Amino acid sequence: MKLRRIISIIIKEYTHIFRDWRSLLIIILMPVLMIILYGYAITLDMKNLTFAVIDDAKTPESRELIRGFTESRFFILKYTDIKRNEIESLFKKRYIQMALVIPGDFSESLVSNRITKVQLIVDAADSNVGTFINNYSNRVAQLFNEKLNNRSPGILGLEPRILFNPDMKSANFFVPGLVALILLLICSLLTSITITREKETGTLEQILVSPVNPMEIVVGKVIPYITLGFFNGIIIIIFARLLFKVPINGSLALIAVLSLIYIFVALSFGLMISSVAKTQQIAMLATLMATVLPTIMLSGFIFPVASMPLPLQYISKAVPATYFLIIIRGIMLKGIGLAELWQHAAALSGIGMLMLSMAIIRFKVTLE
Amino acid sequence: METEIAVSASKLSRHFGAFKAVDEISFDVKKGEIFGFLGANGAGKTTAIKMLCGLLKPTEGEATVAGFSIRTGTAMIKKNIGYMSQKFSLYEDLTVKENIEFYGGIYGLSREEIANKTRLLLSELNLENMQNSLTRALPLGWKQRLALSASLLHDPPIIFLDEPTGGVDPISRRNFWRIIYEIANRGKTVFVTTHYMDEAEYCNRVSIMHRGKIIELGTPTGLKQKYDKTTMQDIFIHIIGQN
Repeated sequence: MKLRRIISIIIKEYTHIFRDWRSLLIIILMPVLMIILYGYAITLDMKNLTFAVIDDAKTPESRELIRGFTESRFFILKYTDIKRNEIESLFKKRYIQMALVIPGDFSESLVSNRITKVQLIVDAADSNVGTFINNYSNRVAQLFNEKLNNRSPGILGLEPRILFNPDMKSANFFVPGLVALILLLICSLLTSITITREKETGTLEQILVSPVNPMEIVVGKVIPYITLGFFNGIIIIIFARLLFKVPINGSLALIAVLSLIYIFVALSFGLMISSVAKTQQIAMLATLMATVLPTIMLSGFIFPVASMPLPLQYISKAVPATYFLIIIRGIMLKGIGLAELWQHAAALSGIGMLMLSMAIIRFKVTLE
Repeated sequence: METEIAVSASKLSRHFGAFKAVDEISFDVKKGEIFGFLGANGAGKTTAIKMLCGLLKPTEGEATVAGFSIRTGTAMIKKNIGYMSQKFSLYEDLTVKENIEFYGGIYGLSREEIANKTRLLLSELNLENMQNSLTRALPLGWKQRLALSASLLHDPPIIFLDEPTGGVDPISRRNFWRIIYEIANRGKTVFVTTHYMDEAEYCNRVSIMHRGKIIELGTPTGLKQKYDKTTMQDIFIHIIGQN
């Protein structure tokens, strides 16, 4: 390794990056666009669920029950005074997700100490929505009972204390994950084309007949892109904070350091693909396939790793985002530090070193 | 290692699967010689030159460049050779000056050396006014002279040129050969491949490659006498026709 040669490559790569300002602009704006798109689109928060009520009782008590739903920010009462046979078509047209049928003897039944039944009809085509409506309705009924009976003795009441994400906003869960996804995608795309481009133009050959060795080429190419990737990471986190008010409870410095490791993994991965791929298109396609899919499906980005079948759980251990997701969610939401995260940081560094070595070795093989 | 031989190959072969791109070629190139490799496209010239430059490993046989084996001494060979490929291999999005600085840098030249060389080169090539323009803006003939100069930055004793004049107009080609002569006059060995038969006349010695084999080797004058022809073109067509 000769420093002079590495510096020459670094300077050259920076010149490429800054000369092509259009690409640079895309590199900077793409993460912003992605975080806005994904950030607003991917949400499991229930909002604006529409429902219909058939209130045959029309008493203060029945109105009280309906208010239990309309008071929340989740439900919008869209239809009242409809006929029973209209309900089905409203569901089929997706105009409502829930219908409530209050019988005419509702108020009498309540005071008569009988069990009072109110019909709840739920559209569970989306099982999450179905479950949510069911749970929420039970809670409404419970509150209604408590108010009615002034909390009769002997009824068990849970007092939940919700940690780390007290408002249960799904943005707090997804946005840190987006940092992981976008950083991986952008950084690996950046390097995946750098070597293939030089293969296509023939400049790689010219470099390879010089005394430069593969290690120097790879190191010289990684360093400029680390700074670019890091800059991207900062932008993503700033936008996450501004747009989605995601808390950052832990140390920013730790986020920075561990993000650098993660960026290094992504860049090495891109270089590995670059050393194999023959054309830039193949390199980009392979990178997209190999980063986006495993990161979304297998890293715990949406679906918890613990509930996957065992073989998939093993595969998820090879996905870099799995570790970075634990790290970034841990730091941002739980405010934990290296004491709890060092194992994941170590795993990430290991994967990075492995990929870089593979890139260098693969690189040597392609020459000969 | 003091020897009068700059490049030597003995039964050098490279196979790609069943295809023998280069098939047991043997030759010696003397120091200071302009050695021409002639042949049609696909004759194996580029494969041979890539093996000599350490870009490809030989399947069989041996060769030495500047006294070092192409199997074990590629690191030393790389310090002693310049190489210019048939593809234009400078960075089009870098300026003339940035290209020179980059190639100087990867050959480990110091900043002062690079600065001096750059000044010298730019004046030699009459490119002083263009030093800050992007390389893509240069005419092809100039690009190729610049590429040649870049491959000579580290002052190598041997230089490999793989179809350096491909796609260039006749006047630029003549100018280019004038530079090749200057290089040879400075005592450097020039190893050049071409499929322009008129260029073969400029070489001290030529070898004619056909389907991976060297089928003829000699001085242009010697070959003309042997086959009783007046141009290399005629000789080439005659020999290829026989094979």
